[in-house]
Order: sequence, then C-alpha cells, then structure tokens
Amino acid sequence: MSILVNKNTRAIVQGVTGQAGSFHTEKMLEYGSQIVGGVTPGKAGTNVHGVPVFDSVHAAVEKTGANASVIFVPAPFAYDAILEAVDAGVALIVVITEGIPTWDMVRVKRLTQQSPVTIIGPNCPGITTPGECKLGILPGYIHRRGSIGIVSRSGTLTYDSVYQLTQLGLGQSTCVGIGGDPIIGSSFVDLLRMFQDDAETEAVVMIGEIGGTAEEEAAAFVKAHMTKPVFAFIAGRMAPPEKRMGHAGAIVSGGHGTAVEKLAALKAAGVTTIDSPAVIGATVKDTLARRGSLKVS
Amino acid sequence: MKLHEFQAKKLFADYGIPVPRGIVASTPAAAKKAYTKLKQLCRSGKRSADAFQCNVKVQIHAGGRGKAGGVLAASSAQEAGALAAKLLGKRLVTHQTGPDGLPVRRVLIDERIAVKRELYLAITIDRQVAQPIVLASRRGGMDIEAVAKDDPKALMRETIDPFAGLLVYPVRRLQAALAIPDALARPFHALITGLYRCFSETDASLVEVNPLVETTDGRLLALDAKVVIDDNALFRHAALAKLRDPSQENPLEYRASQIGISYVGLDGNIGCLVNGAGLAMATNDIIKLSGGSPANFLDVGGGANVEQVTKAFQIILSDRRVKAILVNIFGGIMRCDWIAQGLLKATQSLTVKVPIVVRLEGTNVKEGRALLTGTKLPITSVDDLGDAAKKAVELAR
Repeated sequence: MSILVNKNTRAIVQGVTGQAGSFHTEKMLEYGSQIVGGVTPGKAGTNVHGVPVFDSVHAAVEKTGANASVIFVPAPFAYDAILEAVDAGVALIVVITEGIPTWDMVRVKRLTQQSPVTIIGPNCPGITTPGECKLGILPGYIHRRGSIGIVSRSGTLTYDSVYQLTQLGLGQSTCVGIGGDPIIGSSFVDLLRMFQDDAETEAVVMIGEIGGTAEEEAAAFVKAHMTKPVFAFIAGRMAPPEKRMGHAGAIVSGGHGTAVEKLAALKAAGVTTIDSPAVIGATVKDTLARRGSLKVS
Repeated sequence: MKLHEFQAKKLFADYGIPVPRGIVASTPAAAKKAYTKLKQLCRSGKRSADAFQCNVKVQIHAGGRGKAGGVLAASSAQEAGALAAKLLGKRLVTHQTGPDGLPVRRVLIDERIAVKRELYLAITIDRQVAQPIVLASRRGGMDIEAVAKDDPKALMRETIDPFAGLLVYPVRRLQAALAIPDALARPFHALITGLYRCFSETDASLVEVNPLVETTDGRLLALDAKVVIDDNALFRHAALAKLRDPSQENPLEYRASQIGISYVGLDGNIGCLVNGAGLAMATNDIIKLSGGSPANFLDVGGGANVEQVTKAFQIILSDRRVKAILVNIFGGIMRCDWIAQGLLKATQSLTVKVPIVVRLEGTNVKEGRALLTGTKLPITSVDDLGDAAKKAVELAR
C-alpha cells in the first residue's frame, strides 16, 4: 500500500511539449511511472519521448484511460488546464506550475469543493511512491521503499530530508510535496488522514514553513485522529515579519504564522518537533528505535 | 505589489468609492500649486473667512506615517510648500519601515475632513477557507492587528463566495455591526460593493480602508487607502504593474527580483546562497542555531545556471557586512558539478575576499566536490549541513 499513486497509476502530462514538461516526462518514464499520454492543444498526433500527444485532456483520457494528470502548463493558463482535467474526470491532479494567481486557486477550490478530485499543489514538487510511481519533479534516486510517509510544503528541503532518511536506511511509503502557495489543493490534514489510513505507513514526517495556519490545523488533527508517530520540522524561525521568504505562502503577517507558534501547537499535540534541518533523518531513526517500532531494511 | 495611497485612492475613485479630494506633488512648488488648486476645488466659489486647511501626507509603502510625523497640516500655499520641502527627499522611519526608513518622493495634498467617527473596512483572502473575506470594525483608525488581538469580537468577518459575489444580506449585517445609520445605507452598500469589485477585478490580495469615516456632514469617505496586488497576477494587469515604485523596495531585493532570484536582506553577517525557498529558510535557521546570524535569505531558484549563481554571488558580495558565505545546494534535477562550475566561474570573475563554505548534496555530488578541492579560492567544502553551518559561523567571527 501507499497513498495517491502506485504502479497502477496511469498519468498524462499537461504541457508535455514545453521544456519542463518534456524533460520531466522523460525522468518520470525512467523512474518507471506509467506516463500514458500528453496534452498540448494543437500538437495532437506528435509524441514526446514516445508518449502520444493529444489536443485535449478529454481525448487523452478517452484514448488512454488515464486516471491522473501532471500539470506543467505556464501560470497564465494553468487555471484553465486544471479545470479541463477536472471536467475530464481525472481523479488526481498534480500541479507543478509556479506563480498561479491566488484568485485562480480560490475559484478552483470553490468549483471542486463538491467534487471527488484530489488536487496536489500548485507550486509543488509532486508525489513519489518509491519503486512504483513518480509524478512530478522530485529526483528519483533520493527515494527508497519503506514505511515513512512524508508531507511537505517545500521542494529541495523535502529532497534533503527524504535523502537523509534513505541514507539511514529508512524507506518511504509515499512522499508528497503539497506546495508553497497560500492556497493549495490538498492540505497537511488531507495528507495526514491518508497516511493514518494507509496500512504501509508507520510514521509520518511533515515539513512545514512559516505563514498561514496549516501546521496548527495539522496539530489539531494529529491530536484528535492520529495514532501513528508524527515528526515535524518548520522552516523559517529566523524570518522577519512582513517579509515573504520566497514562497508566496511563507510570510509572517500580523504576528501570525510564526515558527514558534506552529512548533508549540505541534508539540502540544504530541508531535516530535525537530529543531535542526540537519538531523531530520537521525531524529526519526533514533526516536523510532527507542520506541522499538523501527524496521530498517 | 503595494500601491501608494494616492494610487490606491485613484483606483478607489474609479470604482465609485468616495475619497477626499487630493493632488499629488513631487516638488515644493507643485505642493504650493496643489494647495491653491485644491482650495478652489473644495471651496468651489464659496467664500469663507477661515483659512483653507489641507493635509500634506508623505507617500511611502508603510503605515504609521501620522505618528512618525509624515502627515502634517497646512493653512496656506506657502505653508504647504514649506512642509513639502521639509518632507520631500528625506527618509521617513515608521514602526513598519525598519530603522532605515523609506524615501519620500511624493506628498499627497488632500482636503481635511471633519470626522464624526472612524471605522475599519478591508477585504482579503482567507487562506484557511480559500475564499475572500470582509473584515470590519467600529474601532477604525487603529492598528487592526492590535484590535484583533485584544478584542476579537470587535472585528467582524464575512466570508464571500467567489462566484456569488457580495450579496445584500452580509452587507446588511456589516452595516449593523458598524452601526451605520439607515440614512447612509445606500452609500454604504455602494461603497462596499465598489470595494469588493476593486478587490476581485484587480487580483488584489488586500484592499483596506483605515479609517473609513462618517463625516460630520453625514457622508462616508475612505480617508486612507491601502491596496496590495498579487504579484503572480500582474501579467493580466499591465496598467497596475506600471505603478510599481522600486524606490520603496530594498535595492538588493529589487535587483534580485529582476533576475528571478528571491533575496531578503537580514541583519547578520553570513551570506547565504541556497536552491529552494524551504531549504533557504532552513539554512538561515541552522546558522542561528549554530550561534551565528544570516545576512540574507537567498533562493537562487530551481533552474539556476552559472549565470544565476554568478549574479547571486554579486548580490551577496555587494552587502559589505558579509564576513563569510554559506552555499547550501541540494542537487536534484540540478547537478552538483554544474553548481560547482558556476561557483568557480563566479568566484573567479569576482574578487572574493570572504571565506566561502560549500555544502553540496545530491546528484553528481562527488564530481561537484572534486571540482572544489584544490582550488586557490577561499572555499571550504563540508559534507554535512550541521558542520557547514558551524564552520561558516566560526569563519564569520
């Protein structure tokens, strides 16, 4: 088991003929992901790394039976691309695109509120279930199959943390980057719920950032519903107020969204908080070993 | 992107929101003329024995101007000119600007209003529910964050469905919450509808009226105006994008943003060069944990090439407080040997006198590290992030 993606996931790539779309299509194929089609309006009939290109998501889904889509479409057109995938009945949409206007995501969220679709991102690195499927831009080699679930708001910091775990012999069930924007398709709570319900996942590492209240909501969820051990690192303790730290969502505003507040809430919920980004893997390993619940393969 | 008050008021006026009459001036002579013109506009031929009074308000991208001496009153054209001369070309420090303050390049000469009471009205996006939200309070003119903290009940919230738009019943509730008299129900409805249209049509992340005033002669007026536009949406608002005022931004931050690098100046002496926003924040954190202090946050971006790395170095090196540099790269798609080549080129083309600690991890890490050993440059290659931070802190002392 795993969450969101596995060896049966059949994905299309929207924006497949673009530079990033084409490059990562190849990387995903190399990883062993089933990339069954691509979409770029006006490019039907061509192919990218052997993947057939269609004019519309509807056509791609009809011909390939795809149940997931990875979106690399440029920000000005991403709103339309997401809704096209929703309309075509794609169950899982992973939005890699960075710089989508907040209002567009407000509308996407409202339109998909009653729909069974799962949206991950935008501005995220994607999802990997090690050894089965990688959708997005995470480097493949950092992973190893195992029982730790990862959910994170950042990109390279996620790679670093995952790689720390892998080097210590701790594999992952699924790694999910949920994105660094103020409004995202799936929250920490959504992913924590999936990991709690996943038989393979034995512990969860969450990597948060300053800004917003998503980590506080996660803390409340952990307290009320999680029986599995949860670890957390929050980036941005040093961040001065009112300064956006790269990610559109990472801003301490009006005294809210500080790392201190988030860490306190998580600690109170029984989460093991980690102070230094250099010891994320080591802390998980030591803590699980002490509890006698560690399986290192 | 922040707008100046005079730009925001112009935008408000375009959406039918009543604002005081005012004229912007960038020289003392223009301020004098503005006084005379404003007097004509406001008096419109009516005679009065009293001297006409106006405000001279500095235009900077920060609040707290009044308390900091940036809003003054003038009773003659001479005085308006003299006050403008005093304010223009200076830097004003408020509680929101930081110790360096912000440069005053313009003043707004606007009419003084006889105020009966001050209210607060704003629209922003509520991240938690992913919908627009109207915030309103009877305690206007104050720091609204302080109000929200001491007296949360004094801040009313109305979530808005982005597709339904602003309906009448929440406006009625807001009217009641703000104790707007029935005689002003229509103007209030028009004002808040205009404000919501302004918010949604300009892709704003905040529109704020603080204070919204009820005047002694029974009108509603936006006495101040704050508008922040979503940077990600500027591609579809060409006219608004032109209103950007780089003089109000940190010069290094502005320079970095022009070349696709996220840079934020901090107070310390360790320059940081990192790929990825989360990792960049975490790098600042670990420097602090190791007893040092970062000079900046810098995310060189996911697709960084030799050129980007060189430019990032230039930006870090132009900060004279920097005593050491910590480079922290996790090569994912980005290969560590490319980064190392970039580093070498950058440091060769620039005169680098401060020590550089480099921590590389990820794709082609061996090749990357090999490139960095045996150079004559002041580069120390460290494998572990914790050790790298300690080393940088030590070298910066």
